[in-house]
Amino acid sequence: MTALAMVRIVEREAEVFRRLWRAFVFSNVVSPVLFLGAMGLGLGGLIDARSRGIGGGLSYVEFIAPGLMAANAMQSGAGMSLWPILGGMKWIRYFHGMVATPVRARDVYWGELAWSGLRTAVTSSVFLVVATLFGGIHSPWAVLAVPAAMLCALAFSAPLMAFSATQETDLGFPLVFRLGVMPLFLFSGTFFPVSQLPSAVRPLAAVSPLWHGVELCRAAATGSFRFGPIVAHVAVLSALVAAGAWWGTRTFERRLSP
Amino acid sequence: MPLVEGRGLVKRFGPAVAVDGIDFAVRPGECFGFLGPNGAGKSSTMRMIACVSPISGGSLRVLGLDPRSDGPAIRAQLGVVPQEDNLDTELSVWDNLMIYGRYFGLSKSVIRSRATELLDFVQLTDRRDSRVDPLSGGMKRRLTIARALINQPSLLLLDEPTTGLDPQARHQLWDRLYRLKRDGVTIVLTTHYMDEAEQLCDRLVIMDGGRIVAEGSPRALIEAYSTREVVELRFDDEGLHSSAASCLATFDGRVEGLADRFLVYSSHGEETLAKLTADGLEPSSALVRRATLEDVFLILTGRTLED
Repeated sequence: MTALAMVRIVEREAEVFRRLWRAFVFSNVVSPVLFLGAMGLGLGGLIDARSRGIGGGLSYVEFIAPGLMAANAMQSGAGMSLWPILGGMKWIRYFHGMVATPVRARDVYWGELAWSGLRTAVTSSVFLVVATLFGGIHSPWAVLAVPAAMLCALAFSAPLMAFSATQETDLGFPLVFRLGVMPLFLFSGTFFPVSQLPSAVRPLAAVSPLWHGVELCRAAATGSFRFGPIVAHVAVLSALVAAGAWWGTRTFERRLSP
Repeated sequence: MPLVEGRGLVKRFGPAVAVDGIDFAVRPGECFGFLGPNGAGKSSTMRMIACVSPISGGSLRVLGLDPRSDGPAIRAQLGVVPQEDNLDTELSVWDNLMIYGRYFGLSKSVIRSRATELLDFVQLTDRRDSRVDPLSGGMKRRLTIARALINQPSLLLLDEPTTGLDPQARHQLWDRLYRLKRDGVTIVLTTHYMDEAEQLCDRLVIMDGGRIVAEGSPRALIEAYSTREVVELRFDDEGLHSSAASCLATFDGRVEGLADRFLVYSSHGEETLAKLTADGLEPSSALVRRATLEDVFLILTGRTLED
């Protein structure tokens, strides 16, 4: 039942996406590509001329391509879980229409989560192609960075969708970005290795979901896997998805079927 | 067997009791109404029947099933027109029906043929490719009704179907509902408009403060609780109004004093009016009319439905 209902919700979101994909391409593909160009090629040219690469002999564009891919997944996962969810609950209210059918509140949650993962897979794939053209990707293992980015997006979407379902207004959402997404974006090994962080705050990187996502994407993009860390990163992100889903099925139920 | 049956049905939100132990039964093929002012518990009752709000006490059977365990199976056979529009404004009129049909698991070809018929039924065929936002309130309501019929429901639930619509749109909507009724669709509706209840409902319950205060057909309720006719007396002058109050206090029968007028209940309105004016009452305007459900509500609760 849940699987089928999920597909129907994804169908609805895909239908809307089909109409609005141009705006989506701009925010989710063009802007990360601009970042990749400016930082990877511009700043990277400067860095590569002065050092012999970072993080094990990688050129700067090779270093940040998987980092940006994971960061982009985080932003898309978070963005899709805040305003659009409150929109479905409160502004457009179409979630209420859904739960008047055999679809249940928890199906709405799972469907929206599936859609978030699916859309991230699409953007990450496009990003991967562009990053390869920019010279940021050389290993064929890099295709595994797509599911890694997807898992990273879900680790943000699952708890944030649950949170959005408890909100009456969107006043808290910019804070999520300013105090959550933005610092993570800057300090999770995206633009420089976390070993550059002061030793006092370095352990904090381990609690950043993005850092785990970046590490997974980078391992895939460079084709250098170490079993232990991979398992740990996947476990942390999966635990976030599981906890978020546990919470989300409850908050959606409470909001849509009070 | 009733299609919907509530016994001692209760809905609580924290300490607040929205529905306070009501008993009712909806028979197949009838149009059944919940009439009452805002806050009477009508919508809460409706949401429990629609299986989107768990019951807090008592028992409820819908289509012979238990909403607590069979919610999705019941909802598969319901058509719901909610009080607050929840059309999908990100989709076109046509796609609203297509996508909604998919939530019921219907095949696209089945939905296509039904959607074509339904758009015709609600007179929106020419707005097929329009977006939802520019539609008028009445059109949105009709689209919501079409959407509610996409699964060919056994039971159609309408929560305040004409609230916020202009008179013409209301009549257009009533006309569609008559047709559904004629085709044998069982309808349950809530309303705080007594004319809507009189027009549409075969049977209804009057709710106030979470309880049912009366039950029956519109005609039977009026006969049971009111006289056949009502004399409405208005006094433009404040002094006249209060002196009329003392004069009417001696009237042999029921009199309800409202802020702007008096209602005098009588089985022979014209005679009563003639007698009252002969007794020296000089109303600025007087009107004799048939008693309505509004009068029943006033007599039962001492308040008007609009309060």
